[in-house]
Amino acid sequence: MSDKFRKSKSDKSSSAAKTGAKPASGPAAGKRRSSEGPAMPFEHKILEIEDKIQELKELADSTSFDVSGEIVSLEEQLREVISKTYNDLTPWERVNVARHPKRPVTSDYIQMLDDFVELHGDRTFGDDPAMVTGMATMGDRRFVLIGHRKGRTVKERLECNFGCAHPEGYRKAWRKMKLAEKLGLPIVCLINTPGAYPGIGAEERGQAMAIAENIIGMFSLKVPIVVLVIGEGGSGGALGIGVGDRVLMMEHAYYSVISPEGCAAILWKNGERSPEAAEALKLTSEDLTALGVVDEIIPEPLGGAHRAPAEAIATVKETLLRHLEELDGIPADELIRARRLKFRNIASIEGRFPVVSG
Amino acid sequence: MSKEPDPKEVAEQTEDPSERKPGRLSRLRFSKKKDMPGGLWLKCENCSSLIYRKELEAAGRVCPSCSFHFTLPGRQRVQSLLDPGSWEEVFADITGLDRLSFTDKIPYSEKLAKTAERLGQNEALICGRGSIEGRSVILAVLDFSFMGGSMGEVVGEKLALASDLARVEGRPLVIFTSSGGARMHEGALSLMQMAKTCSALQSLSDAGGMSICVMTHPTTGGVTASFASVCDLVLAEPGALIGFAGPRVIAATLKQELPPGFQRAEFLIKKGMLDGLVSRSELRPMLGRLLDYAKGSHVGGDVEDDLAADEVPNRLSGGRTDSRTPSERGKVRLDVPSAESSN
Repeated sequence: MSDKFRKSKSDKSSSAAKTGAKPASGPAAGKRRSSEGPAMPFEHKILEIEDKIQELKELADSTSFDVSGEIVSLEEQLREVISKTYNDLTPWERVNVARHPKRPVTSDYIQMLDDFVELHGDRTFGDDPAMVTGMATMGDRRFVLIGHRKGRTVKERLECNFGCAHPEGYRKAWRKMKLAEKLGLPIVCLINTPGAYPGIGAEERGQAMAIAENIIGMFSLKVPIVVLVIGEGGSGGALGIGVGDRVLMMEHAYYSVISPEGCAAILWKNGERSPEAAEALKLTSEDLTALGVVDEIIPEPLGGAHRAPAEAIATVKETLLRHLEELDGIPADELIRARRLKFRNIASIEGRFPVVSG
Repeated sequence: MSKEPDPKEVAEQTEDPSERKPGRLSRLRFSKKKDMPGGLWLKCENCSSLIYRKELEAAGRVCPSCSFHFTLPGRQRVQSLLDPGSWEEVFADITGLDRLSFTDKIPYSEKLAKTAERLGQNEALICGRGSIEGRSVILAVLDFSFMGGSMGEVVGEKLALASDLARVEGRPLVIFTSSGGARMHEGALSLMQMAKTCSALQSLSDAGGMSICVMTHPTTGGVTASFASVCDLVLAEPGALIGFAGPRVIAATLKQELPPGFQRAEFLIKKGMLDGLVSRSELRPMLGRLLDYAKGSHVGGDVEDDLAADEVPNRLSGGRTDSRTPSERGKVRLDVPSAESSN
């Protein structure tokens, strides 16, 4: 196999180490921040302190002043502010964190793998860049990885339609899942999409049908499926690769039937009421765990995964390995039966759903 | 047989301004109310010709000029489709919950109660036993008059129960859809119904049961992207709008006008997404013919195949109070009791 098909640690698009590293001292602090994407208002204070620390460090490097005392106290203050801010995030702020441009995306998680061979195409229509699929090895586990791809740079993001997959993306995912089943490999799905692509070509090629076929098909796959929402869990586009024996969610990810903007636009004809919609939709990991939609929350480093990607990725790796281990060796018929019952009884509430009388 | 509401009454009920209805467009075009005396006339949303409302109802809500198939209220669909006297509604008393305490203009719980009162039914999905040209079926009809036929927990649960009933009783499942998709008032809970319904349908399919979905105007979003599209046979009424994203969303995303006929049933069949187009007047004979092919294909009702034995019988009782003793309840019961019809 040529190197072209092999996405290994040299993948330039994004490396965990790179995103985790502090940028080298360089341009002025204000400028440095603005290059990191749109600021989230609730992070202003955090960024201010981070900038101050950076400035002091630069000062220490270029002069002989000893500012280590100030730096230590600022760092202490920073931890407090981050902790306070992130403990009180509103659902809308959570959505912003889930969309943060520096948040680890599927290609970053691919970096945690010991081997990854990307497999392209649905052998019917095309190769959707918004869906990445391939053979993966992590520690002593081999599996098939399916994930939405958002891209990191503007160019990549445009190429991937910002993670909005077309029908060929869902069919590509299905094809690789069937391959996993045949080879007896478990499946790991990383969800990170604002939603399936709404466009003319997508409708022509059966967007709804492709998603529906995946959902029903996943109920018959004879291998374990672990699903993890890493950022945005946008509606049917997320569920199209979201039927699993385990459904996990990153602490600051969201999973919803509609985007807060879409909800606000429909209900109140006013996109500015998105924060209210985010609140109403109960889309946070805590809400969804309480409702019984999500099995487990993967905690993120203090201040969100974008602040310490390497740490977040390590936790994800550990958690995924644990679930793969737990699901290993369960006979296929038991697995399928349990998976169907899981979704049949999902978000159950005693005396109401599922309907049980008496 | 349930008491069917008068068609005219139903038509008026669908004119609730809070819902998107065919008649709404015509009202917008007429600047003064006196131009539309008593709503006796309405404008076809396809060909724009003026139609006398009574004539439209007499024609089964099909435009006399262009044959556009207007959305048919759920009860009217049941009445027009089934053999007279064969209808026996089940799961009618399952009611929804406002688990998210969702409020738009009014609290969702209030909206549910008001809609239920107005339409005389608890939810958007109507399920029951019946026969079509002598072939017995389990019928599930999504009613667009009930919050745009949107799918929340009750719709998902009832669809799954209807699928179980079809499996256990060895009857084909016939579904009619008209829906705006998942019901956002129930957040991710409504999203999960897409998976729940597919889970049940796969179990029906594994048992050899036949499922037919007829998509009617309009069928979009999470309904198209789940149970509606995975039935063995997917048919549509002519002119029906069918899609994943709504046309307005697509037009707004692409910032361009959509080609004529986009997302209509004729467009979908051309693209290979449907098994057939069937006009309303042909539905009964066509379904009758197709249902003949289900004969003998059903393997049987071993409910333990897929679901725990202690859950299925209780569920299939339709959510009503179960008078059996706990020990009896543990047994699988295949003779599902009929529910009294809801009026």
